[in-house]
Amino acid sequence: MAIFEILTYPDERLKQESALVEQFDAELHGFIADLEETMRAGPGGVGIAAPQVGRFQRIVIVDCSVTRKPVPNHGRLVLINPEVLTWDGMEVGREGCMSVPDYTGNVIRATQITLAAQDEQGQPLEFAFEGFEARAVQHELDHLDGLLFLDRLVSRRNDLFRRKVYQPKPTKAKKAE
Amino acid sequence: MNDWYMLTLVGKDRPGIVARVTAALFDGGCNLGEASMMRLGGNFTIMLMVQFQGSAQALAAVISPVAESLALHPHIDHIDAALHQHLEPDVRITVYGADRAGIVAKVTGALAEAGLHILDLTSDVGGSSERPIYVMSIEGHAAEGIEALASALEVATAADGISAQLTPIQTMYG
Repeated sequence: MAIFEILTYPDERLKQESALVEQFDAELHGFIADLEETMRAGPGGVGIAAPQVGRFQRIVIVDCSVTRKPVPNHGRLVLINPEVLTWDGMEVGREGCMSVPDYTGNVIRATQITLAAQDEQGQPLEFAFEGFEARAVQHELDHLDGLLFLDRLVSRRNDLFRRKVYQPKPTKAKKAE
Repeated sequence: MNDWYMLTLVGKDRPGIVARVTAALFDGGCNLGEASMMRLGGNFTIMLMVQFQGSAQALAAVISPVAESLALHPHIDHIDAALHQHLEPDVRITVYGADRAGIVAKVTGALAEAGLHILDLTSDVGGSSERPIYVMSIEGHAAEGIEALASALEVATAADGISAQLTPIQTMYG
């Protein structure tokens, strides 16, 4: 096991697009174990993408079971060759990144996504994510396309942050047919 | 040696202030740090961390010509400061209502007592001259927890027809 060095912006390699994983072998499994150890070594990190440690393949790990305040989550996930199938809703939220130390900013993300990916053996997976976990997944997937949250910043001022949790919409009575 | 200054500049707003001020600072050998700049009531206000290897008098000499030509009032403080000292907010509070004196004092007083450390506050007055509305947005750290703030906010705004919203900020580190 090893902890990788994290590439930090302005390292140009973070802007690079990552390639599909084709070999699901022991070497990949070893890399994933080290990638996870690297993620857990960072304070408060709920996700990591392979290009953040200089491996330009479409591999991300997300674990939203470790947040300070609990959020809906699927536990520890290794997502290989992930692809968003559907997006729904949008919300501004605060993000930080191991590759961008000492800066956090507001980013708009979809509140619900469905996603197809492969597991460590190459078997197909499908998930529906919401809220904080959906945000984490979208943030990590961006790394695979050479995007940082800095590319998606919106103003810290004058944003509306109303969330369904605190402003529940009145449930509409079903129309009589 | 700590070589940070806080430079504040205030004057009637017009286009080009930031470009001309920062060009003068750059030409004078300054490095810029964190800043907040905005238009308030037709004035442009600048609060700017400036790193400068020299005295406050020397920095004043750098800024004076451009400040005079733009009719900006400068103020320079040597400050005990450093970059990378951010505190992460964990709560956002917005307050709005019909404008009148005392809203800010009442609301922030109650919130301070409930443990709020304000990191960023902006407010504005909108509506019309006859019916102005006050809107305030705060980001801060809830030292005694979100619930304490929520209760304090409810009490402070209940009777006055002021609307308030409190939203936890959970920063996602990926």
